[in-house]
Amino acid sequence: MKRRNFIKQTAAAGSLIGLGGLSMSNLSTSEKKHITILHTNDVHSHIEPFPLNDPKYANQGGVARRLTVINKIRTENPNTLLLDAGDIFQGTPYFNFYGGELEFKLMSMLGYDAATLGNHDFDNGVDGLYAQIPHAKFELLSANYDFTNTIMDGHTKPYRVFIKDGIKIGVFGIGIELDGLVNKRMYKETKYLNPIEITQDITQKLRQEEQCDLVICLSHLGFDYGDKTIISDQILAQKTEGIDLIIGGHTHTFLDKPVIAQNKAGQFVLINQVGWGGINLGRVDFYLDSSKNLEHSSTVFAI
Amino acid sequence: MLLIIGCKQQQYKPERIQAELVPVDINIKSDTTITSFIAPYKLSVDKAMDSVLAYAPNSLTKKDSKFNTAIGNMMADAVFELANPIFKKRTGYPFNAVLLNYGGIRSPLNQGDITTRAAFQLMPFENEVVVVELSGYQMKEMFTYLSHGTAHPISNMQIILNKDGSLQKGTIQGHDIIDNETYFVATSDYLQKGGDNMTFLEKPISILPLDYKIRNLLIDYFKKKDTIAPVRDNRFIKEN
Repeated sequence: MKRRNFIKQTAAAGSLIGLGGLSMSNLSTSEKKHITILHTNDVHSHIEPFPLNDPKYANQGGVARRLTVINKIRTENPNTLLLDAGDIFQGTPYFNFYGGELEFKLMSMLGYDAATLGNHDFDNGVDGLYAQIPHAKFELLSANYDFTNTIMDGHTKPYRVFIKDGIKIGVFGIGIELDGLVNKRMYKETKYLNPIEITQDITQKLRQEEQCDLVICLSHLGFDYGDKTIISDQILAQKTEGIDLIIGGHTHTFLDKPVIAQNKAGQFVLINQVGWGGINLGRVDFYLDSSKNLEHSSTVFAI
Repeated sequence: MLLIIGCKQQQYKPERIQAELVPVDINIKSDTTITSFIAPYKLSVDKAMDSVLAYAPNSLTKKDSKFNTAIGNMMADAVFELANPIFKKRTGYPFNAVLLNYGGIRSPLNQGDITTRAAFQLMPFENEVVVVELSGYQMKEMFTYLSHGTAHPISNMQIILNKDGSLQKGTIQGHDIIDNETYFVATSDYLQKGGDNMTFLEKPISILPLDYKIRNLLIDYFKKKDTIAPVRDNRFIKEN
């Protein structure tokens, strides 16, 4: 039995059926599950829509509109997670005046489940970030920042497993190297750990110990740098395994649809990023089936 | 192999994945619980942002002139005037000059009242003043860099370019650069870290951050000055 499972998994790894591909009509429909992932990145304190005189994004975005969209999707599918990939802070006077209080309060009102930290979330130092923790009713996830010798110690988690309709969704956070981006006086003794090594450890834990059905990485590494020596979401996807979806940030990349990368084991990984400033909300819908129904399992990417 | 067989007991697998980019735009109604929650914060921010700090008799933009601009001169001179007492208090001596960057002038300054909002638009970033100690050699590298002609704001330095664009003269407080002398130049932490490829700032002999944000410095300068009417001068010119 276990042997059979293993073979099925490797089969799943190999095949990709693109847009309009074959559907698996012989599957039982009784145990199908539907999980919706909604996401933002680099909102940068854009609480109100961009001003009307903005040369590029006039009257786009806005937290109040975002909630309307989110509520509509939650009505369609209550099994929805709302996630953010960092750089919540900095960009409008709201941050300068309230230090991120309003950003965290609003994200809590919108029902965010988790966020990871971007470099700008350190703009008021680890102390400034810590001061806003009471306003965050969502998880701050960071697997590769070691806060041990800082005031933030104990206020982030490497990952969190969410259960929606019986589906176990492991979400973990990965941050960018702070040295060179953030003044040391701000991040203090925060240690940056290698994203690839940490991801390998975490995904193994999420897949095997936590028995997750889906694994999502919230990353603030940046989408792609061309330079292969800089760790980006593309590099992270290629050099690890066990991730279904990377929700990226930092590079303010506008992707119309997720990019499909191939991981170390030849399996497909989605990478998505939706620009910045809250102009867009990303949406990824996972339709899952009990693995015992999957005689020949391949995933249809209808994107 | 054994490890995988031993541990893996996954229940569900994705059979189909769909994705969509959802624009958050004018076609979407604002949720009123959010707008009313934001309202008091907005009121207070707007009030602070609209507070009048000074008056500008003329509009100023960084495109007004070549090599040096009134707005750039104002910013560099403001740093010289307001950051120098802080530096002197800590070290016992003043710094010699200021270097900012053209790209750091983020908006025009419009004719009329200068508000806090205008200061935020002029300098939206959190950059701070740092003072670097440069060798004579590094100063010369700076002048070579500046001779490319971009109107990077400077104060207490003079650069004259020949007709062909080559460097004729670069002086600091009226003096030629002496190789085995050192000079103290105030700049932003962004440039010091190699921003705008100002690599001559990356390895200074010494460095002192002043914990003074450039935006706050400009706000303090506007409050102090009342009327802001800087002029273009001959601090950075090219011979005709």
